[in-house]
Amino acid sequence: MSVQYLSSEFDVVRNLERCVSCNLCVRECANGVHRIDERSRKLVVDESKCVDCQRCVAMCPTRALKIVKNENSFKENANWSADLISEIVKQSNTGAVLLSSMGAPKPTPVYWDRILINASQVTNPSIDPLREPMETRVFLGKKPEQIRRASDGSLDVSMEPQLVLETPVMFSAMSYGSISYNAHESLARAAQELGVFYNTGEGGLHEDFYRYGANTIVQVASGRFGVHEDYLNAGAAIEIKMGQGAKPGVGGHLPGAKIVGDVSRTRMIPEGVDAISPAPHHDVYSIEDLRQLVYSLKEATRRTKPIIVKVAAVHNIAAIASGVARSGADIIAIDGFRGGTGAAPTRIRDNVGIPVELALAAVDERLRAEGIRNNVSLVVGGSIRNAADVVKAIALGADACYIATAALIALGCRLCRSCQTGRCNWGIATQRPELVQRLDPNVGARRLVNLLSAWRHEIKELMGGMGINSIETLRGNRLMLRGIGMTEKELDILGIKHAGE
Amino acid sequence: MQREGQVRIPSGCAISAMISLKGAATTGEAITKSMVPMRDRSNGLGGGFAGYGIYPDFQDFYAFHVFFDDVAAQKECEKYLKEGYEIVKSEPIPIRKIPEITDVPIIWRYFVAPLQSVLSRLQLDEKEFVARTVIKINSQFQGSYVFSSGKNMGAFKAVGFPEDVGRFYRLEEYAGYAWTAHGRYPTNTPGWWGGAHPFGILDYTVVHNGEISSYDANRRFIEMFGYKCSLQTDTEVIAYIADYLLRRQKLTLEETAAVIAAPFWSVVDSLPQKESEQLSYLRKVFPSLLLTGPFSIVLGFDGGLMALNDRLKLRSMVVAEKDDMRYVASEEAAIRIMAPNAEKVYAPAGGEPVIFKVQKGAL
Ligand code: SF4
Ligand code: SF4
Repeated sequence: MSVQYLSSEFDVVRNLERCVSCNLCVRECANGVHRIDERSRKLVVDESKCVDCQRCVAMCPTRALKIVKNENSFKENANWSADLISEIVKQSNTGAVLLSSMGAPKPTPVYWDRILINASQVTNPSIDPLREPMETRVFLGKKPEQIRRASDGSLDVSMEPQLVLETPVMFSAMSYGSISYNAHESLARAAQELGVFYNTGEGGLHEDFYRYGANTIVQVASGRFGVHEDYLNAGAAIEIKMGQGAKPGVGGHLPGAKIVGDVSRTRMIPEGVDAISPAPHHDVYSIEDLRQLVYSLKEATRRTKPIIVKVAAVHNIAAIASGVARSGADIIAIDGFRGGTGAAPTRIRDNVGIPVELALAAVDERLRAEGIRNNVSLVVGGSIRNAADVVKAIALGADACYIATAALIALGCRLCRSCQTGRCNWGIATQRPELVQRLDPNVGARRLVNLLSAWRHEIKELMGGMGINSIETLRGNRLMLRGIGMTEKELDILGIKHAGE
Repeated sequence: MQREGQVRIPSGCAISAMISLKGAATTGEAITKSMVPMRDRSNGLGGGFAGYGIYPDFQDFYAFHVFFDDVAAQKECEKYLKEGYEIVKSEPIPIRKIPEITDVPIIWRYFVAPLQSVLSRLQLDEKEFVARTVIKINSQFQGSYVFSSGKNMGAFKAVGFPEDVGRFYRLEEYAGYAWTAHGRYPTNTPGWWGGAHPFGILDYTVVHNGEISSYDANRRFIEMFGYKCSLQTDTEVIAYIADYLLRRQKLTLEETAAVIAAPFWSVVDSLPQKESEQLSYLRKVFPSLLLTGPFSIVLGFDGGLMALNDRLKLRSMVVAEKDDMRYVASEEAAIRIMAPNAEKVYAPAGGEPVIFKVQKGAL
């Protein structure tokens, strides 16, 4: 018998007093953890395959299952943590780059949690969102520098194309292929109902979803998969993906196993072939090149669509954003270090890039210092986890936020971080029909609408507490924020004062 | 303790204003007295006035009213002024020594005209040049503070109750077609004269009662256009916003009001198409100049006044008239002092601008 270099990460605990041997868990676990032993006809488990997706737990009719951390442990070592040891073992098993998915799980500082929000007392009344109008509508896009008048003296109201959002939260890019048809349909329908946008990612747009075009952002990434004229014109805006927070500096890789049927057709590549997006766009090696791409996309859509340029938050993000703001882009999307992904090299995910809070603060300040903040709108993502994060992001200077991980959690995802395997038991990050059909788009869309409706209520409540009844006057209103437990330098970069000041 | 400008100090207040539509001059006595019944709204830590039409003999010159901490500051500032301006008159502003007003700085006024040679070298129009001068002095010249910079108008302010400030500045000796007044109730203040209202830039002055919750959003936006909010007060940022929208963007007063007290989307969406488009456009282009939170303001400008409340009307403000006179105040009692028989007293709705302009040709 071979050596098992690693013990399993989890233990599957079955309460035998409750288990009625319905064998549902066997059918639900695509990883083959639960199994009926041929000879004994008994339920057995192979916990080494368990990823803790919690599907069997959620489906067990008698609540007989629990997935817990395996208590078996390495000898404690403050330098060599269990994770590090396991990674070395895995690499010496396979000789391969470690892959992982979703956002960085390491305990790097989450600045959102060190920022506190203000409320009115005495000198300025708070506003009750249940009694007074509380406005959350925002417009994304370039604003004119100088107003112009028509010949009758009225304002000439023509301006660059804008995206209107009823709540300043959108669903960020997740491609058809990396996630399922039903997941896409849930996002598209929810975006339509909420008056916001979802984003196709770099996998093209399935022909069934053209009807959600008014609430769709179509993405153009380095692989150019699924990009053609109708596609560009199908959405409300076009996003050029220059980078992604989870893996700045590297491209994308969708395994051939996921390139089946409609996915291959939508991407316009043969079935079973790996879809590899190069790290850079091979026609964008400089800011001037980006400008050309921006303008060719504008021309291709007769200047009716705002162009978003999405960049990963990296060290000199302020200078990069300043360049992008002068490239003709209408919106800059900054994706932070903790942003999610369907698959990324673990080393990159955990070590490259900077937190979005710092990137946002630096970019907003820089664009203002250069007097070009009005040239572009700023959208931030990676990772926005709740309504308070949204409020803090807007007060730091964002126009709107992108969410993806939070949206997937609403659809069932339990952050097992195994998307790259294609066996998502929740029917999200998979193309297997029997798994995909587990996600009902009616239910999915409703859960997403519920999520954002709840956030909208919370945003309004927080705004009302500050005496603010329009989201526009929250934007960049950094006096509404205070830091807690931060150094002078951190406060300086965030442009906020410490609590008590 | 930090001086105003290094720290933001919220305050409650009283305001009052009057204007003759015929352009007839009234002395500063009535406006001073109007503040007496609103004494509860001030706490003696700031009072001030602005008078329009008060310098007819120097109407072609910008009247700079300046506080200096000491003679050295004054010398340095004057040196800088002379580089860009012809100074046709330089004198202390006349005051009356009274026990209620103490810690008096050097209070000077200059009637100036920008040098044409400098304007053409910098390729700036006159008003822009003057505005830049004022912002530069106020943000970079330690111990100098220009608190009034328009033509044929002037602001007068001090630490004290407004009625005492009026007596201190001998306002009964000035006559103008329009006056505004302010009494301040700061919640904590180092008692600096520059912090009193009105605040002005060029001929725009603002008196304001309220505390806007949008302050930092407004400030960070307006500072992109060369303004520097050195006082961190609402009034200062509102004055800059008015200057930016009216002078630089050339919006009308009504359009300016629709930016800073924008009607709610629910209203805009239900208006006839043309009107709805115009209002949405303003909101889309100037979202960061919307003011939220409570305010009532009177904006003074060459030839008129505009009174405006926040869109929820979270602060009291009434207007009234008598013959060719129009009045605005936080409380009706103040108006009754200026005009006991004032008529048509009414409280404008939130976000409804009330604009009074002196009739054409009257000035
Ligand atoms: S992988 Fe998921 S479904 Fe399978 S045993 Fe583990 S938690 Fe249950
Ligand atoms: S999407 Fe599915 S596979 Fe990916 S982390 Fe979530 S539950 Fe796991």
